[in-house]
Amino acid sequence: MTQKKSRFQVRSKNLSVHLSLIFFVILAIGPIFIILINSFKTMDGIFTGPLKLPNSETFTLDGFKRAVAQGNFVRNYANSTIITIGSTLFTVICSCLAAYGITEYTTKLSKMIAGLFTIGIMLPVTLGTIVIIRMMNKLNILNTHLSLILVYVGISVPLGVILMVTNFRAISNELKEAARIDGANEFRTFLIVLPLVMPGVAAVAAITMLPVWNDLWFPLILTAGPKTQTLTLGIQQFVGTYNNDWQALLAGLVLSAIPLILLFTIFSKQFIKGLSDGYGK
Amino acid sequence: MNSKTLVRRRRQLLLFTSPALAFFLLFAVFPLISTIYISFYKEDKFVGLDNFVFLFTNDEASERLLYAFLHNCQFFLIAASIQLPTALFMAALLTSGRVRRMTSFYRTLLFIPTTLSVVIVGFIWRLIISPLWGIVDYPLLGEPATALPTITLMSVWQYLGIPMVFLYSALLSIPSNVIEAAQVDGASDLRIFFRIKIPLIAPQIGIITILTFIWTFNGFDIIYALNGGMPGPDYATDVLGTLFYRTFFGWGADLGNQNLGAATATVIFFIILLGTAAYFATVQRRLKVSQL
Repeated sequence: MTQKKSRFQVRSKNLSVHLSLIFFVILAIGPIFIILINSFKTMDGIFTGPLKLPNSETFTLDGFKRAVAQGNFVRNYANSTIITIGSTLFTVICSCLAAYGITEYTTKLSKMIAGLFTIGIMLPVTLGTIVIIRMMNKLNILNTHLSLILVYVGISVPLGVILMVTNFRAISNELKEAARIDGANEFRTFLIVLPLVMPGVAAVAAITMLPVWNDLWFPLILTAGPKTQTLTLGIQQFVGTYNNDWQALLAGLVLSAIPLILLFTIFSKQFIKGLSDGYGK
Repeated sequence: MNSKTLVRRRRQLLLFTSPALAFFLLFAVFPLISTIYISFYKEDKFVGLDNFVFLFTNDEASERLLYAFLHNCQFFLIAASIQLPTALFMAALLTSGRVRRMTSFYRTLLFIPTTLSVVIVGFIWRLIISPLWGIVDYPLLGEPATALPTITLMSVWQYLGIPMVFLYSALLSIPSNVIEAAQVDGASDLRIFFRIKIPLIAPQIGIITILTFIWTFNGFDIIYALNGGMPGPDYATDVLGTLFYRTFFGWGADLGNQNLGAATATVIFFIILLGTAAYFATVQRRLKVSQL
């Protein structure tokens, strides 16, 4: 009798936790879902029943066709991809090298360098923008992908290094010693242990990509020219200009959000690890 | 360790760390320090504190600066007071052991708004609350009294995922024997949560609060995405980030002034620095002690 009652209690408690979480999920996903369903609708469908699913009468792909055909959509997509991949790649490489150095050659200096990067995580780099513009101007690389990549690597590298340090610390010395006895030089030893920190690399990549793809500030200031505009900035101007083409607008927003939502859904574990390990230490 | 190996180790250390250091020092540290430096200049002439005197004593400039600062404070207080308890509640639900295999499913879905750009977030919410769709019958973004809280809530909606996963990981890292011991003693779930779990993750709650402080005082994107560089109505949503942008970049007919912009950036930097330092000197230190 008592057992039955307690099982019932556990069940109802479990159910209430599920219900609370479902409430939050609806709050988080609902608005996105509304945008998604309306991007597949005709103008009439969007305005007469914004909360209805597209049906045979209101379904159309016109918005997507026009969004892709419009202006610089495809080029902006390419720009964002190049900048995001470039920044992530350099951040990962620099972070791995630095973290290996910091964990392998511990001296007072290595602790100072690690401390410098720890402070760097919290540095509000955007406040240095005026000087960044001057530098890029002097280097003659305003309105190039390179200008953004340089800044993003500078911003992302501290968190990357700190994350990789925790990963390299976890590796046992045996493999490194074995490599050295086999005559591998230091760089070769680094390459040999690199596969062991791949989970960390994925975390660094995930956590670097997100703010770079979504950034508005530096694209606005460094690469606002039509040829190097990023997708986020392009969409901002698309939304900002007086625009009646709601179908194309909604479709454009959906297309611009898809890559990161997909990437995040696949790599959510790495991403969460990166976030909690990076800031938590 | 003899001096020869020490020299060798230092050389190896610098070899491996130099690419990361170069990027970080050149494109993050140098611009910040140099910005402080040029805030003491007018064009190429050293003018001491003139730019700061202008910012703090000129009627219009000082009013803008003060209001932007107050708006940032409001933004931070609203964001932190809603975001933290909600994120903690969500993290508690996820780690309650009552959702089992569904945990990562919920966690992933709850995080999705954070992966969107502010442009999308701004658009989604503007559309939802627009009179066009008639869900809300009040111009929330058009009235000075409600504009900033509304934008803050949009930002909370977007970034809730970050404190959530952060506190989620913190709760997971609590050793299970501590909890089991309390359960054996007959403590209820609620009591365990408030008396044991929260004190144990207090340092992480502190860190995420101070990160929220830094991010909101450095924030720009959501305001710009919704209201541009002249954030209306009547500057009601102007924050330090948009003020900084206008000052050096110009807006409309106003030309930007790089030296005044640098001075504005320096002021913001010191606000962030002071806030962070005050926090670490008082709260965080006490948290660490109480943990022992």
